[in-house]
Amino acid sequence: MSVIVRLQREAFDAASEVAALTRSRTDIGAVVIFTGICRADEDGEPIAALNLEHYPDMAEAEIGRHIEAARQRWPLLGVTVIHRYGRIVPGEGIVLVVTASTHRQAAFAAAEFLMDYLKTRAPFWKQVEKPGGKTSDKIWVEARASDDTAAERWKPAPTKREPAN
Amino acid sequence: MKVRYFAWVRERVGKTEEDIDPPAGVATIGDLVDWLARQGEGYAYAFENPNVVRSAIDKRHVRSDAQIAGASEIAFFPPMTGG
Repeated sequence: MSVIVRLQREAFDAASEVAALTRSRTDIGAVVIFTGICRADEDGEPIAALNLEHYPDMAEAEIGRHIEAARQRWPLLGVTVIHRYGRIVPGEGIVLVVTASTHRQAAFAAAEFLMDYLKTRAPFWKQVEKPGGKTSDKIWVEARASDDTAAERWKPAPTKREPAN
Repeated sequence: MKVRYFAWVRERVGKTEEDIDPPAGVATIGDLVDWLARQGEGYAYAFENPNVVRSAIDKRHVRSDAQIAGASEIAFFPPMTGG
């Protein structure tokens, strides 16, 4: 399986990532692309930008562990995860998940599984920058219980090594 | 051992990282949080609600009962908000 994990400050292009994943392959029958985009509001309040802090080495390791968990659950042929850090303005992509499989079910499910885990387990923290640019206008985004609930529904994770009883 | 702080835990402690030498008896992440919370006002503020702060040992998530012996890098941070 081809796996690409990239943490970067720069913007990404979903189409070229899909092209890279599927280039000169004829075994892939389904590709699912998820792009998380920075909105211009947070909890109904306008924002100027998001600033993303991350724990570099752990973020890469953690994303890799979740891709491995996905690979054990579904017959995947390729996964690309790109997560940005630094300053991101409304309209720009924050995260890209591309999953490839023979059929759509595995690709859809794995993309959703990876996103649910990225939200709650990948060490990234969003800080909202309010219009005006004062330091006092920088507020850390609070974790949402609904994101924990979304990740919880994938448990228990039946793996090949530990079959469910 | 090296300790790293992220997001508002980092802001409250006032450091991105430091080397610490906790006394004998500090065996778990929970013990370390209790000890750190007594190292000054910023630490007390960062760890005022220890159940909220998450932790990692050598770049893996751990719970507060995890043993810290042999750890080379411990990190403390708020619940994650990536994706």
